[in-house]
Amino acid sequence: MGLVLEKVDKVVSGETHLSGINLEFPAGSRNVLLGRTLAGKTSLLRILAGLDKPTRGRILIDGRDVTGVSVRKRSVAMVYQLFINYPSLTVYDNIASPLKTSGIAKSEIDRQVREIAAMLRIDDLLDRLPAELSGGQQQRTAIARAMVKNAELLLMDEPLVNLDYKLREELRVELQEIFAQRKAIVVYTTTEPTEALMLGGNITVLDEGRILQTGATHETYRNPATVKVAEVFSDPPINFLRGRIQGAKARIGEGIQVPLNGAMQSLGDGEYDFGIRSNHFFLARTGENDCQVEAQVELAEINGSETFIHFHHGDARLVAQEDGIYPHRIGSAITLYVNPRCLFVFDLKGNLVAAPALDSIHERSA
Amino acid sequence: MEKWEDNKAWFLVLPAFVIVAFSGIIPLMTVVNYSLQDIFGPGQAVFVGTEWFKEMLSNHRLHDALWRQFIFSGLVLLIEIPLGIIIALAMPKRGWGVSASLVILALPLVIPWNVIGTIWIIFTRPDIGLFGVGINSLDLLEVPFDHTAKPIYAWITLLAMEVWHWTPLVALLAYAGLRAIPEAYYQAAKIDGASPWATFVYIQLPKMRGVLTIAVLLRWMDSFLIYAEPFALTGGGPGNTTTFLSIYLVKLATMQFDLGPAAAFSIIYFLIVLLFSFAFYQALLNVGRGDKA
Repeated sequence: MGLVLEKVDKVVSGETHLSGINLEFPAGSRNVLLGRTLAGKTSLLRILAGLDKPTRGRILIDGRDVTGVSVRKRSVAMVYQLFINYPSLTVYDNIASPLKTSGIAKSEIDRQVREIAAMLRIDDLLDRLPAELSGGQQQRTAIARAMVKNAELLLMDEPLVNLDYKLREELRVELQEIFAQRKAIVVYTTTEPTEALMLGGNITVLDEGRILQTGATHETYRNPATVKVAEVFSDPPINFLRGRIQGAKARIGEGIQVPLNGAMQSLGDGEYDFGIRSNHFFLARTGENDCQVEAQVELAEINGSETFIHFHHGDARLVAQEDGIYPHRIGSAITLYVNPRCLFVFDLKGNLVAAPALDSIHERSA
Repeated sequence: MEKWEDNKAWFLVLPAFVIVAFSGIIPLMTVVNYSLQDIFGPGQAVFVGTEWFKEMLSNHRLHDALWRQFIFSGLVLLIEIPLGIIIALAMPKRGWGVSASLVILALPLVIPWNVIGTIWIIFTRPDIGLFGVGINSLDLLEVPFDHTAKPIYAWITLLAMEVWHWTPLVALLAYAGLRAIPEAYYQAAKIDGASPWATFVYIQLPKMRGVLTIAVLLRWMDSFLIYAEPFALTGGGPGNTTTFLSIYLVKLATMQFDLGPAAAFSIIYFLIVLLFSFAFYQALLNVGRGDKA
């Protein structure tokens, strides 16, 4: 049955940190909490852990009300953004620490510690102190400590944020394998859409202490319910152009002609906001239906093997994400191409009215 | 990058070098010079080699003073370090209480040392002092309280003075160390079901190691060099019971004018402080690094 939050509010000295949170985490599920900083992710985790009491509302585990139950009496493990280990204990003792209070036989503790250490590939570091490890190894130790407890609820508060890119990628992949072997409910917070997509499972998009949308992670990415969700769940941020649908055509931005397709065709005439993910802009035509966007470059930002081209089209400021490195002079004119089948359409209240069909994205990436 | 031909940088180091030379090296070398000569008067000195060192090392009064000094400094550390940690743990973590307790703690530290001596002497005087009169009126002691009456009274007064004066420093250092521990550590300990004692031993104490090392070193060196307090209180008495190393040294050098032996003594004194500070530092550096079994 799992973990249920009912109408949870958290108010700290007059400031609302969480408001009206209704959530359900089924047993064994993998859940992502996505939101920008200060969205309330950590507040929510603290309530899930039992470190904080909600101001209003109830928390149920398997139908049992645990709202006021202290963290010591719950089966919870947590991994933090900071690498939290006992500084004076070796890696071995750190991993063993949650087991020592449980009264398990020494040989059994030893077996479990070694097993989990091997899984996280720190089995050759067991004699070291945390201060003698690299950041990645310290976080592996912290994760091992959380895993060995075999808690029903495993909370991870942006565990990979403080690691460098390479280690982050590595651990992300390993974590998925580890989660798959566990029966615990995993709740993982992140600010990064890419990370959320890699983890899969279910997602809860948070913003300013409220839930914007819940659902399967990939489904939510394809169908962001509102403009706000689309913004939070895309990096670089999704681009918007105001446009008008009239008959079988739409005119968006500065005279861009878009033939209606898919779900768009059922929309009535009127004004809409059209969303374009930055990775759907291309520098060369990819199909004959592509719409052309004429623009001026504001900045070309090279990020690894990608280039983020910031440009403006009319008054709108947009970003395109291109594979490869492109030198673009500031102020130079460029033409970008977008497949009209990749457009999201939102009404003026910000609600999604048409999303690209699944096959159109496939066609795009092919 | 090519190396510069003219190394002007040396020129910039020169002022610092001159200051260190005048404040440290030259006085120290003068003392070394004295320690190797017998001085009768201005311009009348005989080279005596290591004689003064031999004499000083077998001097009973020096041995006694050294033991007194070790016991005193040991007691100071045993009282001030735990007490400072307890105060730091009890201090508020947020709100107006933080500034209030910081100001109150800092008070003894900003009072000049001779004023502290005077305050405590008056406080403990048997005729007008609050403590002296108070304890004597209870009529519990066989010999009425008076620092010159019994060695133990002088010692208690000195220790009280020292603890009152310097525990705040230890507390402030420990408090700074505690405040530097991220909240997540405490949460993690809670989730692990750790007791407050375990949290103290496995999180707070190891995280305070750096500042506590400094506190121990400072208090050790400072109490080892104590002079003003016993000098103001009883001048080293009653008898010689509070004659610590520096008191004895000053008697030797300025009252008996035995410059040679006093210089040799100074060097031995200096080496002892240096040796023990180094030993403490090394020991504290390795303590709590976990037993690598």
